[in-house]
Amino acid sequence: MVDEGLKIELGKQGVFVTTIEELYNWGRRSSIWPMQFGLACCAIEMIATTMARYDIARFGAEVFRPSPRQADMMIISGTVTKRMAPQVVRLYNQMAEPKYVIAMGACAISGGPFKQGYNVLKGIDRYIPVDVHIPGCPPRPEALLQAFMTLQKKIDGQHLTGEGRPRHLDAEAQGEFPVPVPGEHDLEPASNPGVWTAPVVIR
Amino acid sequence: MMTVEEIKAAIEAALPDAGVEIVCNPSVSGQHSLRLAPAQAVAVAKFLRDDLLFDYLSNVTGVDWPDKEVAEKVRVTRPVTKTVDGVETTVEETVEETRKRVAPGCLEAVYHLYSVAQKQGPVVFRLKTVNRTDQVELPSLTPIWRSAEFQEREIFDLFGIVFTGHPDLRRLLMWDGFKDHPMRRDYVEPDDFEYEPTAHDQVLARALAHQAASRTAQEAAAPALGAGQEGTGASQ
Ligand code: SF4
Repeated sequence: MVDEGLKIELGKQGVFVTTIEELYNWGRRSSIWPMQFGLACCAIEMIATTMARYDIARFGAEVFRPSPRQADMMIISGTVTKRMAPQVVRLYNQMAEPKYVIAMGACAISGGPFKQGYNVLKGIDRYIPVDVHIPGCPPRPEALLQAFMTLQKKIDGQHLTGEGRPRHLDAEAQGEFPVPVPGEHDLEPASNPGVWTAPVVIR
Repeated sequence: MMTVEEIKAAIEAALPDAGVEIVCNPSVSGQHSLRLAPAQAVAVAKFLRDDLLFDYLSNVTGVDWPDKEVAEKVRVTRPVTKTVDGVETTVEETVEETRKRVAPGCLEAVYHLYSVAQKQGPVVFRLKTVNRTDQVELPSLTPIWRSAEFQEREIFDLFGIVFTGHPDLRRLLMWDGFKDHPMRRDYVEPDDFEYEPTAHDQVLARALAHQAASRTAQEAAAPALGAGQEGTGASQ
Protein backbone atom coordinates (compact mmCIF):
# COMPACT_ATOMS: atom_id res chain seq x y z
CA MET A 1 0.00 0.00 0.00
CA VAL A 2 1.21 3.48 -0.80
CA ASP A 3 1.08 6.02 2.00
CA GLU A 4 -1.71 8.58 1.40
CA GLY A 5 0.53 11.58 2.08
CA LEU A 6 3.22 10.30 -0.23
CA LYS A 7 0.65 9.71 -2.92
CA ILE A 8 -0.54 13.31 -2.71
CA GLU A 9 3.07 14.54 -2.78
CA LEU A 10 3.80 12.44 -5.86
CA GLY A 11 0.57 13.68 -7.43
CA LYS A 12 1.81 17.23 -7.09
CA GLN A 13 4.90 16.20 -9.01
CA GLY A 14 2.78 14.74 -11.77
CA VAL A 15 3.28 11.12 -10.77
CA PHE A 16 0.19 8.98 -10.45
CA VAL A 17 0.47 6.03 -8.13
CA THR A 18 -2.26 3.52 -7.59
CA THR A 19 -2.91 -0.15 -6.99
CA ILE A 20 -4.73 -2.54 -9.24
CA GLU A 21 -7.37 -2.94 -6.55
CA GLU A 22 -8.02 0.77 -6.31
CA LEU A 23 -8.15 1.20 -10.07
CA TYR A 24 -10.43 -1.81 -10.45
CA ASN A 25 -12.82 -0.65 -7.74
CA TRP A 26 -12.79 2.90 -9.10
CA GLY A 27 -13.82 1.53 -12.45
CA ARG A 28 -16.53 -0.63 -10.95
CA ARG A 29 -18.06 2.07 -8.81
CA SER A 30 -17.97 4.87 -11.35
CA SER A 31 -20.21 3.35 -13.96
CA ILE A 32 -22.93 1.39 -12.28
CA TRP A 33 -25.64 1.17 -14.85
CA PRO A 34 -29.06 0.56 -13.37
CA MET A 35 -31.64 -1.66 -14.93
CA GLN A 36 -34.61 0.16 -16.37
CA PHE A 37 -37.59 -1.03 -14.48
CA GLY A 38 -39.87 0.37 -11.83
CA LEU A 39 -42.46 -1.43 -9.80
CA ALA A 40 -44.68 1.17 -8.14
CA CYS A 41 -44.86 4.72 -6.84
CA CYS A 42 -41.21 4.68 -5.68
CA ALA A 43 -40.23 4.42 -9.34
CA ILE A 44 -41.44 7.99 -9.81
CA GLU A 45 -38.83 9.17 -7.31
CA MET A 46 -36.26 7.04 -9.06
CA ILE A 47 -37.14 8.74 -12.34
CA ALA A 48 -36.87 12.14 -10.65
CA THR A 49 -33.41 11.13 -9.46
CA THR A 50 -32.28 10.52 -12.99
CA MET A 51 -33.47 13.89 -14.26
CA ALA A 52 -31.59 17.17 -14.31
CA ARG A 53 -32.55 18.40 -10.86
CA TYR A 54 -30.98 15.51 -8.95
CA ASP A 55 -28.84 14.26 -11.82
CA ILE A 56 -27.66 10.77 -11.05
CA ALA A 57 -25.24 11.22 -13.97
CA ARG A 58 -22.86 12.77 -11.46
CA PHE A 59 -22.28 9.23 -10.21
CA GLY A 60 -21.93 7.63 -13.61
CA ALA A 61 -25.25 5.86 -13.30
CA GLU A 62 -27.45 7.71 -15.74
CA VAL A 63 -27.46 4.96 -18.34
CA PHE A 64 -30.57 2.94 -17.60
CA ARG A 65 -30.35 -0.31 -19.53
CA PRO A 66 -33.49 -2.02 -20.70
CA SER A 67 -31.78 -5.41 -20.72
CA PRO A 68 -30.58 -7.23 -17.61
CA ARG A 69 -27.54 -8.43 -19.56
CA GLN A 70 -26.19 -4.89 -19.76
CA ALA A 71 -27.15 -3.71 -16.29
CA ASP A 72 -24.98 -3.69 -13.18
CA MET A 73 -27.54 -2.72 -10.63
CA MET A 74 -31.16 -3.35 -9.91
CA ILE A 75 -33.12 -0.67 -8.09
CA ILE A 76 -36.14 -2.44 -6.63
CA SER A 77 -38.25 0.68 -6.71
CA GLY A 78 -41.62 -0.22 -5.30
CA THR A 79 -44.01 -2.91 -4.22
CA VAL A 80 -43.02 -6.44 -5.15
CA THR A 81 -46.21 -8.43 -5.50
CA LYS A 82 -46.08 -12.16 -5.14
CA ARG A 83 -46.86 -12.43 -8.82
CA MET A 84 -43.94 -10.17 -9.70
CA ALA A 85 -41.38 -11.70 -7.33
CA PRO A 86 -40.41 -14.68 -9.53
CA GLN A 87 -39.84 -12.29 -12.43
CA VAL A 88 -37.65 -10.02 -10.30
CA VAL A 89 -35.52 -12.96 -9.18
CA ARG A 90 -35.31 -14.20 -12.77
CA LEU A 91 -34.17 -10.80 -14.02
CA TYR A 92 -31.60 -10.67 -11.24
CA ASN A 93 -30.31 -14.07 -12.29
CA GLN A 94 -29.95 -12.85 -15.85
CA MET A 95 -27.77 -9.92 -14.87
CA ALA A 96 -24.05 -10.41 -15.35
CA GLU A 97 -21.70 -10.22 -12.37
CA PRO A 98 -20.75 -7.96 -10.72
CA LYS A 99 -24.31 -7.00 -9.81
CA TYR A 100 -25.80 -5.00 -7.01
CA VAL A 101 -29.25 -4.43 -5.57
CA ILE A 102 -30.72 -1.36 -3.93
CA ALA A 103 -34.07 -2.00 -2.26
CA MET A 104 -35.81 1.33 -2.42
CA GLY A 105 -38.69 2.18 -0.14
CA ALA A 106 -40.74 0.55 2.57
CA CYS A 107 -42.38 -1.86 0.14
CA ALA A 108 -39.21 -3.25 -1.32
CA ILE A 109 -37.54 -3.73 2.06
CA SER A 110 -40.47 -5.14 4.01
CA GLY A 111 -43.78 -5.01 2.19
CA GLY A 112 -44.39 -1.53 3.60
CA PRO A 113 -47.99 -0.41 3.89
CA PHE A 114 -49.07 -3.67 2.26
CA LYS A 115 -47.09 -5.94 4.57
CA GLN A 116 -50.15 -7.85 5.73
CA GLY A 117 -51.62 -7.99 2.24
CA TYR A 118 -52.31 -11.36 0.70
CA ASN A 119 -50.55 -10.51 -2.53
CA VAL A 120 -47.42 -8.62 -1.49
CA LEU A 121 -44.00 -10.02 -0.78
CA LYS A 122 -42.63 -8.95 2.59
CA GLY A 123 -39.35 -7.67 1.28
CA ILE A 124 -37.31 -8.67 -1.75
CA ASP A 125 -34.36 -9.60 0.50
CA ARG A 126 -36.18 -12.87 1.10
CA TYR A 127 -35.00 -14.06 -2.30
CA ILE A 128 -32.00 -12.03 -3.46
CA PRO A 129 -29.12 -10.40 -1.60
CA VAL A 130 -29.69 -6.67 -1.14
CA ASP A 131 -26.72 -4.31 -0.83
CA VAL A 132 -28.47 -1.18 0.39
CA HIS A 133 -31.90 -0.81 1.97
CA ILE A 134 -33.54 2.62 1.88
CA PRO A 135 -36.51 3.24 4.14
CA GLY A 136 -39.17 5.78 3.25
CA CYS A 137 -42.50 5.86 1.51
CA PRO A 138 -41.29 6.98 -0.93
CA PRO A 139 -37.67 7.84 -0.15
CA ARG A 140 -36.69 11.23 -1.50
CA PRO A 141 -34.29 11.35 -4.44
CA GLU A 142 -31.59 12.49 -2.02
CA ALA A 143 -32.06 9.22 -0.15
CA LEU A 144 -31.54 7.27 -3.36
CA LEU A 145 -28.38 9.27 -4.04
CA GLN A 146 -27.27 8.54 -0.48
CA ALA A 147 -27.88 4.84 -1.10
CA PHE A 148 -25.85 5.14 -4.25
CA MET A 149 -22.94 6.69 -2.39
CA THR A 150 -23.21 3.98 0.27
CA LEU A 151 -22.99 1.36 -2.47
CA GLN A 152 -19.96 3.09 -3.97
CA LYS A 153 -18.26 3.15 -0.57
CA LYS A 154 -19.01 -0.51 -0.19
CA ILE A 155 -17.45 -1.29 -3.57
CA ASP A 156 -14.45 0.87 -2.77
CA GLY A 157 -13.83 -1.01 0.45
CA GLN A 158 -13.85 -4.45 -1.13
CA HIS A 159 -10.63 -6.42 -1.48
CA LEU A 160 -10.14 -8.44 -4.59
CA THR A 161 -8.69 -11.44 -2.83
CA GLY A 162 -9.27 -13.26 0.40
CA GLU A 163 -12.35 -13.46 2.59
CA GLY A 164 -15.23 -11.21 1.66
CA ARG A 165 -14.10 -10.60 -1.90
CA PRO A 166 -16.78 -9.71 -4.44
CA ARG A 167 -18.91 -12.60 -5.58
CA HIS A 168 -17.72 -12.53 -9.18
CA LEU A 169 -14.14 -13.15 -8.06
CA ASP A 170 -15.11 -16.09 -5.90
CA ALA A 171 -15.44 -19.29 -7.89
CA GLU A 172 -17.37 -20.93 -5.06
CA ALA A 173 -19.91 -18.15 -4.67
CA GLN A 174 -23.45 -18.60 -5.79
CA GLY A 175 -24.45 -16.35 -8.66
CA GLU A 176 -27.90 -17.72 -9.40
CA PHE A 177 -30.70 -17.74 -6.95
CA PRO A 178 -33.65 -20.15 -6.94
CA VAL A 179 -36.73 -18.63 -8.52
CA PRO A 180 -39.79 -19.11 -6.31
CA VAL A 181 -42.78 -20.85 -7.85
CA PRO A 182 -46.34 -19.70 -7.30
CA GLY A 183 -47.95 -22.41 -5.23
CA GLU A 184 -51.51 -23.12 -4.16
CA HIS A 185 -51.48 -20.72 -1.23
CA ASP A 186 -48.21 -18.78 -1.38
CA LEU A 187 -44.90 -18.59 -3.17
CA GLU A 188 -42.86 -21.73 -2.65
CA PRO A 189 -40.53 -21.50 -0.88
CA ALA A 190 -41.65 -18.46 1.13
CA SER A 191 -38.03 -17.33 1.40
CA ASN A 192 -34.59 -18.46 0.32
CA PRO A 193 -32.88 -19.65 3.53
CA GLY A 194 -29.46 -19.16 1.93
CA VAL A 195 -30.13 -15.44 1.64
CA TRP A 196 -32.51 -14.57 4.43
CA THR A 197 -33.32 -15.85 7.86
CA ALA A 198 -36.03 -14.39 10.03
CA PRO A 199 -34.50 -11.89 12.41
CA VAL A 200 -34.92 -12.66 16.08
CA VAL A 201 -37.41 -10.19 17.50
CA ILE A 202 -36.89 -9.47 21.18
CA ARG A 203 -40.11 -8.59 22.93
CA MET B 1 -83.23 11.66 -10.00
CA MET B 2 -85.33 8.53 -10.04
CA THR B 3 -85.85 6.82 -6.71
CA VAL B 4 -85.39 3.09 -6.35
CA GLU B 5 -89.14 2.71 -6.07
CA GLU B 6 -89.63 4.41 -9.42
CA ILE B 7 -86.94 2.29 -11.01
CA LYS B 8 -88.47 -0.85 -9.58
CA ALA B 9 -91.87 0.18 -10.93
CA ALA B 10 -90.39 0.94 -14.34
CA ILE B 11 -88.62 -2.43 -14.47
CA GLU B 12 -91.74 -4.28 -13.41
CA ALA B 13 -93.83 -2.49 -15.97
CA ALA B 14 -91.48 -3.56 -18.73
CA LEU B 15 -90.53 -7.00 -17.43
CA PRO B 16 -93.37 -8.32 -15.27
CA ASP B 17 -91.49 -11.34 -13.90
CA ALA B 18 -88.24 -9.51 -13.18
CA GLY B 19 -88.25 -10.33 -9.47
CA VAL B 20 -86.83 -7.04 -8.25
CA GLU B 21 -86.65 -6.35 -4.53
CA ILE B 22 -85.68 -3.21 -2.68
CA VAL B 23 -82.91 -3.57 -0.10
CA CYS B 24 -83.23 -0.71 2.37
CA ASN B 25 -80.19 1.04 3.69
CA PRO B 26 -81.11 2.27 7.17
CA SER B 27 -78.19 4.68 7.43
CA VAL B 28 -78.47 8.46 7.11
CA SER B 29 -77.41 8.38 3.48
CA GLY B 30 -80.38 6.14 2.77
CA GLN B 31 -78.84 4.75 -0.37
CA HIS B 32 -81.30 1.97 -1.01
CA SER B 33 -80.49 -0.65 -3.56
CA LEU B 34 -82.25 -3.19 -5.72
CA ARG B 35 -81.79 -6.90 -5.61
CA LEU B 36 -82.25 -8.59 -8.96
CA ALA B 37 -83.01 -12.24 -9.54
CA PRO B 38 -79.91 -13.70 -11.24
CA ALA B 39 -82.00 -15.45 -13.91
CA GLN B 40 -83.47 -12.16 -15.16
CA ALA B 41 -80.44 -10.00 -14.42
CA VAL B 42 -79.22 -9.70 -17.99
CA ALA B 43 -82.64 -8.68 -19.30
CA VAL B 44 -83.08 -6.15 -16.50
CA ALA B 45 -79.57 -4.78 -17.06
CA LYS B 46 -80.32 -4.36 -20.74
CA PHE B 47 -83.51 -2.49 -19.86
CA LEU B 48 -81.61 -0.27 -17.42
CA ARG B 49 -79.05 0.55 -20.08
CA ASP B 50 -81.26 0.98 -23.11
CA ASP B 51 -84.52 2.34 -21.71
CA LEU B 52 -83.55 4.09 -18.49
CA LEU B 53 -80.26 5.22 -20.10
CA PHE B 54 -77.92 4.08 -17.32
CA ASP B 55 -75.03 4.07 -19.70
CA TYR B 56 -72.13 4.08 -17.27
CA LEU B 57 -71.22 1.26 -14.90
CA SER B 58 -68.74 2.81 -12.52
CA ASN B 59 -68.06 0.09 -10.04
CA VAL B 60 -68.60 -3.59 -9.38
CA THR B 61 -67.67 -5.09 -6.07
CA GLY B 62 -68.28 -8.19 -4.01
CA VAL B 63 -69.54 -8.94 -0.53
CA ASP B 64 -69.06 -12.12 1.40
CA TRP B 65 -71.83 -13.10 3.79
CA PRO B 66 -70.50 -16.02 5.80
CA ASP B 67 -72.69 -18.71 7.35
CA LYS B 68 -74.18 -17.26 10.47
CA GLU B 69 -75.48 -18.96 13.56
CA VAL B 70 -78.78 -17.45 14.58
CA ALA B 71 -80.56 -18.15 17.82
CA GLU B 72 -84.30 -17.92 17.65
CA LYS B 73 -87.08 -18.58 20.11
CA VAL B 74 -89.68 -21.06 18.97
CA ARG B 75 -92.78 -22.38 20.70
CA VAL B 76 -92.97 -26.14 20.57
CA THR B 77 -95.67 -28.46 21.75
CA ARG B 78 -94.44 -31.76 23.03
CA PRO B 79 -95.72 -34.57 25.24
CA VAL B 80 -94.52 -34.36 28.84
CA THR B 81 -94.92 -37.27 31.25
CA LYS B 82 -96.17 -36.24 34.67
CA THR B 83 -97.08 -38.13 37.76
CA VAL B 84 -100.29 -36.83 39.23
CA ASP B 85 -101.58 -38.58 42.41
CA GLY B 86 -99.42 -41.63 41.70
CA VAL B 87 -100.83 -42.04 38.18
CA GLU B 88 -98.60 -41.42 35.17
CA THR B 89 -100.25 -39.30 32.56
CA THR B 90 -98.94 -37.77 29.39
CA VAL B 91 -100.01 -34.23 28.65
CA GLU B 92 -99.23 -31.95 25.76
CA GLU B 93 -97.46 -28.82 26.85
CA THR B 94 -96.31 -25.78 24.95
CA VAL B 95 -92.88 -24.51 25.93
CA GLU B 96 -90.58 -21.89 24.56
CA GLU B 97 -87.24 -23.12 23.32
CA THR B 98 -84.18 -21.37 21.99
CA ARG B 99 -82.96 -23.09 18.90
CA LYS B 100 -79.80 -22.41 17.06
CA ARG B 101 -79.70 -22.77 13.36
CA VAL B 102 -77.13 -21.91 10.78
CA ALA B 103 -78.32 -19.35 8.31
CA PRO B 104 -76.49 -20.24 5.10
CA GLY B 105 -74.21 -17.57 3.75
CA CYS B 106 -73.93 -16.30 0.23
CA LEU B 107 -71.81 -14.13 -2.00
CA GLU B 108 -73.04 -10.92 -3.48
CA ALA B 109 -71.98 -8.78 -6.41
CA VAL B 110 -72.86 -5.09 -6.18
CA TYR B 111 -73.07 -2.85 -9.25
CA HIS B 112 -73.10 0.94 -9.27
CA LEU B 113 -74.67 2.64 -12.26
CA TYR B 114 -74.74 6.23 -13.43
CA SER B 115 -76.48 7.85 -16.29
CA VAL B 116 -74.30 10.33 -18.10
CA ALA B 117 -77.09 11.04 -20.58
CA GLN B 118 -79.56 12.00 -17.86
CA LYS B 119 -77.05 13.22 -15.29
CA GLN B 120 -78.25 10.95 -12.54
CA GLY B 121 -77.08 8.18 -10.32
CA PRO B 122 -75.86 6.21 -8.62
CA VAL B 123 -78.25 3.33 -8.80
CA VAL B 124 -77.04 0.34 -6.82
CA PHE B 125 -78.16 -3.16 -7.58
CA ARG B 126 -77.08 -6.48 -6.21
CA LEU B 127 -77.02 -10.09 -7.30
CA LYS B 128 -76.82 -12.90 -4.81
CA THR B 129 -75.51 -16.43 -5.20
CA VAL B 130 -77.30 -19.42 -3.72
CA ASN B 131 -74.48 -20.29 -1.33
CA ARG B 132 -70.76 -19.80 -0.85
CA THR B 133 -69.52 -23.23 -1.84
CA ASP B 134 -70.82 -24.89 -4.96
CA GLN B 135 -73.58 -22.70 -6.37
CA VAL B 136 -71.64 -19.52 -6.90
CA GLU B 137 -72.63 -18.70 -10.48
CA LEU B 138 -74.03 -15.33 -11.45
CA PRO B 139 -74.67 -14.03 -14.94
CA SER B 140 -71.93 -11.75 -16.19
CA LEU B 141 -72.98 -8.23 -17.12
CA THR B 142 -69.87 -7.61 -19.19
CA PRO B 143 -71.86 -8.06 -22.42
CA ILE B 144 -74.07 -5.14 -21.28
CA TRP B 145 -71.43 -2.84 -19.80
CA ARG B 146 -67.92 -3.50 -21.02
CA SER B 147 -66.44 -1.78 -17.98
CA ALA B 148 -67.49 -4.73 -15.83
CA GLU B 149 -64.89 -6.98 -17.41
CA PHE B 150 -61.89 -6.47 -15.13
CA GLN B 151 -63.99 -5.87 -12.05
CA GLU B 152 -65.86 -9.13 -12.49
CA ARG B 153 -62.54 -10.85 -12.97
CA GLU B 154 -61.33 -9.31 -9.74
CA ILE B 155 -64.44 -10.54 -7.91
CA PHE B 156 -63.94 -13.98 -9.40
CA ASP B 157 -60.36 -13.89 -8.13
CA LEU B 158 -60.93 -12.52 -4.66
CA PHE B 159 -64.42 -13.80 -3.79
CA GLY B 160 -64.86 -16.79 -6.05
CA ILE B 161 -68.07 -15.80 -7.81
CA VAL B 162 -68.19 -17.46 -11.21
CA PHE B 163 -69.64 -15.11 -13.82
CA THR B 164 -71.22 -17.15 -16.55
CA GLY B 165 -71.05 -15.51 -19.94
CA HIS B 166 -67.93 -13.53 -19.12
CA PRO B 167 -65.67 -13.39 -22.19
CA ASP B 168 -62.39 -13.94 -20.35
CA LEU B 169 -62.83 -15.14 -16.80
CA ARG B 170 -59.35 -15.56 -15.33
CA ARG B 171 -57.81 -14.52 -12.05
CA LEU B 172 -56.69 -10.91 -12.06
CA LEU B 173 -54.44 -10.26 -9.06
CA MET B 174 -53.42 -13.73 -7.99
CA TRP B 175 -51.89 -16.41 -10.18
CA ASP B 176 -53.80 -19.17 -11.92
CA GLY B 177 -52.70 -22.00 -9.63
CA PHE B 178 -53.81 -20.11 -6.53
CA LYS B 179 -56.54 -21.95 -4.65
CA ASP B 180 -57.98 -19.45 -2.14
CA HIS B 181 -60.18 -16.38 -2.36
CA PRO B 182 -58.42 -13.79 -0.23
CA MET B 183 -61.31 -11.41 0.31
CA ARG B 184 -63.57 -14.06 1.81
CA ARG B 185 -63.91 -13.69 5.52
CA ASP B 186 -62.75 -17.20 6.26
CA TYR B 187 -59.52 -16.82 4.27
CA VAL B 188 -56.49 -18.01 6.21
CA GLU B 189 -53.28 -16.32 5.13
CA PRO B 190 -50.13 -18.38 4.85
CA ASP B 191 -48.37 -18.55 8.20
CA ASP B 192 -45.69 -15.96 7.65
CA PHE B 193 -45.54 -14.22 10.96
CA GLU B 194 -42.03 -15.03 12.11
CA TYR B 195 -40.90 -11.50 11.53
CA GLU B 196 -43.30 -8.72 12.40
CA PRO B 197 -41.31 -5.83 13.82
CA THR B 198 -44.27 -3.69 14.81
CA ALA B 199 -46.92 -6.30 15.34
CA HIS B 200 -50.02 -5.47 17.32
CA ASP B 201 -53.46 -6.90 18.02
CA GLN B 202 -54.33 -9.89 15.85
CA VAL B 203 -51.02 -9.85 14.05
CA LEU B 204 -49.14 -9.88 17.34
CA ALA B 205 -51.22 -12.83 18.53
CA ARG B 206 -50.43 -14.73 15.35
CA ALA B 207 -46.75 -13.80 15.47
CA LEU B 208 -46.49 -15.05 19.06
CA ALA B 209 -48.35 -18.25 18.16
CA HIS B 210 -46.02 -18.76 15.21
CA GLN B 211 -42.93 -18.21 17.34
CA ALA B 212 -44.16 -20.57 20.05
CA ALA B 213 -44.91 -23.24 17.45
CA SER B 214 -41.55 -22.93 15.74
CA ARG B 215 -39.82 -23.05 19.13
CA THR B 216 -41.57 -26.28 20.06
CA ALA B 217 -40.67 -27.69 16.66
CA GLN B 218 -37.05 -26.71 17.15
CA GLU B 219 -36.91 -28.21 20.62
CA ALA B 220 -38.49 -31.42 19.41
CA ALA B 221 -35.94 -31.61 16.58
CA ALA B 222 -32.92 -30.93 18.80
CA PRO B 223 -33.74 -31.59 22.44
CA ALA B 224 -30.10 -31.68 23.56
CA LEU B 225 -29.31 -28.06 22.73
CA GLY B 226 -27.32 -26.10 25.26
CA ALA B 227 -28.64 -23.70 27.85
CA GLY B 228 -27.58 -20.69 25.77
CA GLN B 229 -29.87 -21.77 22.99
CA GLU B 230 -32.77 -22.02 25.39
CA GLY B 231 -31.96 -18.54 26.67
CA THR B 232 -32.32 -17.00 23.24
CA GLY B 233 -35.41 -19.08 22.63
CA ALA B 234 -37.10 -17.67 25.70
CA SER B 235 -36.38 -14.10 24.74
CA GLN B 236 -38.00 -14.36 21.35
S1 SF4 C 1 -42.77 2.45 -0.31
FE1 SF4 C 1 -44.52 3.84 -0.52
S2 SF4 C 1 -44.02 5.07 -2.32
FE2 SF4 C 1 -42.71 3.28 -2.39
S3 SF4 C 1 -43.79 1.76 -3.62
FE3 SF4 C 1 -44.34 1.40 -1.49
S4 SF4 C 1 -46.23 2.55 -1.18
FE4 SF4 C 1 -45.25 3.35 -3.04
